[in-house]
Amino acid sequence: MTFLRDTLLVFRRQERLALRQPAWVIIGLTQPILYLALFGPLLKGLPTASLGAGTHGDAYRFFVPGLLIQLGLFGSTFVGFAIISDWRAGVIERFRVTPVSRLAIMAGRVLRDVVTLVVQAAVLVLVGVAFGLRAPVAAVFIGFGFIVLIAVGLASVSYATGLLVKSEDAFAPMINTVVVPLLLLSGILLPLTLGPGWLQGIARISPFRYIIDAMRQAYLGHYFNTFMVEGLAVAVGMAIVFLWLGSRVFLRENA
Amino acid sequence: MGIIEARGLARTFRSRKRTVEAVRGVDLTVGNGEIVGFLGPNGAGKTTTLRMLTTLLHPTAGMATVAGADLLRDPVGVRRRIGYVPQAIGQTMGGTDPSCLVIEELLDQAALYHLPPADGARRAETLIGQLELSGLERRLVKTLSGGQRRRLEIALGLVHTPALLFLDEPTTGLDPQSRSNLWEHIGALRSELGTTVFLTTHYLEEADVLCDRVFVIDHGVIAAEGTPDELKRRISGDVVMLRVAEPTSHHGTGPDARKLLADQPVVREVSSADGTLRLTVEHGDQALPSLLRVLDAAGITLESINLSRPTLDDVFLTLTGRSLRDDSPAPAAEGAERAS
Repeated sequence: MTFLRDTLLVFRRQERLALRQPAWVIIGLTQPILYLALFGPLLKGLPTASLGAGTHGDAYRFFVPGLLIQLGLFGSTFVGFAIISDWRAGVIERFRVTPVSRLAIMAGRVLRDVVTLVVQAAVLVLVGVAFGLRAPVAAVFIGFGFIVLIAVGLASVSYATGLLVKSEDAFAPMINTVVVPLLLLSGILLPLTLGPGWLQGIARISPFRYIIDAMRQAYLGHYFNTFMVEGLAVAVGMAIVFLWLGSRVFLRENA
Repeated sequence: MGIIEARGLARTFRSRKRTVEAVRGVDLTVGNGEIVGFLGPNGAGKTTTLRMLTTLLHPTAGMATVAGADLLRDPVGVRRRIGYVPQAIGQTMGGTDPSCLVIEELLDQAALYHLPPADGARRAETLIGQLELSGLERRLVKTLSGGQRRRLEIALGLVHTPALLFLDEPTTGLDPQSRSNLWEHIGALRSELGTTVFLTTHYLEEADVLCDRVFVIDHGVIAAEGTPDELKRRISGDVVMLRVAEPTSHHGTGPDARKLLADQPVVREVSSADGTLRLTVEHGDQALPSLLRVLDAAGITLESINLSRPTLDDVFLTLTGRSLRDDSPAPAAEGAERAS
């Protein structure tokens, strides 16, 4: 199928470019690892009940899913940066005049980002294990599944936004304005249950809140409950809507 | 039928409450194997037209066939058959990624046109030779010189051996040596491969040296078309400047000479300034001998005579009231308006 072949073509090109500068992949990982090393130990002091963990007060089963979401959020929402310089180099226009699928120009990049994020997530989990994380293997893979769903949607929207905004100066504050509140309202670093009622109420608007609850349930070994259903529904829904929005921009006759 | 046939191609942009008619009905016919130049000042609709013809922009009205495919119904067919080299100066650059190797760009481009890998490798090798990129295969694009990078970009446009190549400002920003080198390459495309080339430029020498035919676009419509020579003749005529020797008697011969010349059928217009007569004539090279004979017969002696053919820049000034070299009306343009 042409679309798949074109997507793989764009993927290979982007992957090659990314591997030429592996520093960025490593830099993307340093932040969550710093959190793991320097913030994680603080959580050990919290009462286990507040972490939603049963009797085994394992702080890392609470904390690592949060860091994975954070990695996924930052790792995918900022990818649009790169497409602005590609656009400026004339690369996007050059691709759009070839018979290659215009959707593949986006899909190949998104695929590259997803692969990068899963590799980063795997490293993060391994470092977590070194710190004392103990979680079922199935849960780790469910976590990766959520990361993939988040990344597919957010990276698509990020590329579309970059292509519409066409300016790094406008893009960075725009993304920060959206991502930081969402991150804070998701209870990534600390449990939202520690907060007052109004904060818990507002937090219900953040889709990541549902995803992280589901991931934490999985890390505790609970795979079949309402948290999981809600989290999955939100992640799949978000991926579909954002993928559709991103595609629209790339498939437009004029860009 | 021509390789490009455009009828009433138009594009309107809507920004806030204003609508801007960037292109207002362009008709174009380009024959197979022609090298055609598209001239126009900034904002004339040059790039917008090119973007419509290359499927980067959807026309708001009109229709076109490009390389045998219908622009509106089969844009992918158009893309398959044309090559396009974006302009390398301004908001966006010429389409190469600074962090790619030269050979990677060529092979990727071949894959974008769905060439089998073996064919792609063969084409890349051929183009590296043709566009003097030998030895640069493993170099990063960002380490290339301006001329080398531009040749690579042109090579990318040729990977799938298109019958029609669009070049947007191919030599803008290059030094004179790289420019004339590139002209040779573009000329060779047609003479060796029969490729039709459609290029935009604001270098008139470029149009003059390279193009069989020129379209001048201004305010979103085609203001003139023809061979560079036709345009020069049609619009400005040739200019003869002559200086009559001071008369020895008291009878002023100056006005006489002027009247005499004005009566000649080949002379379109006469003006004088500082004792120099300025004649606008058609076919100056043919008119000159007869003018000399007439003056000689009347006993008028000449101090000097000089024939100058108009440049495309004169043509451009006459047509658009603007000089191609500047974005704003130049003082020379104002002078020309006063004179006409």
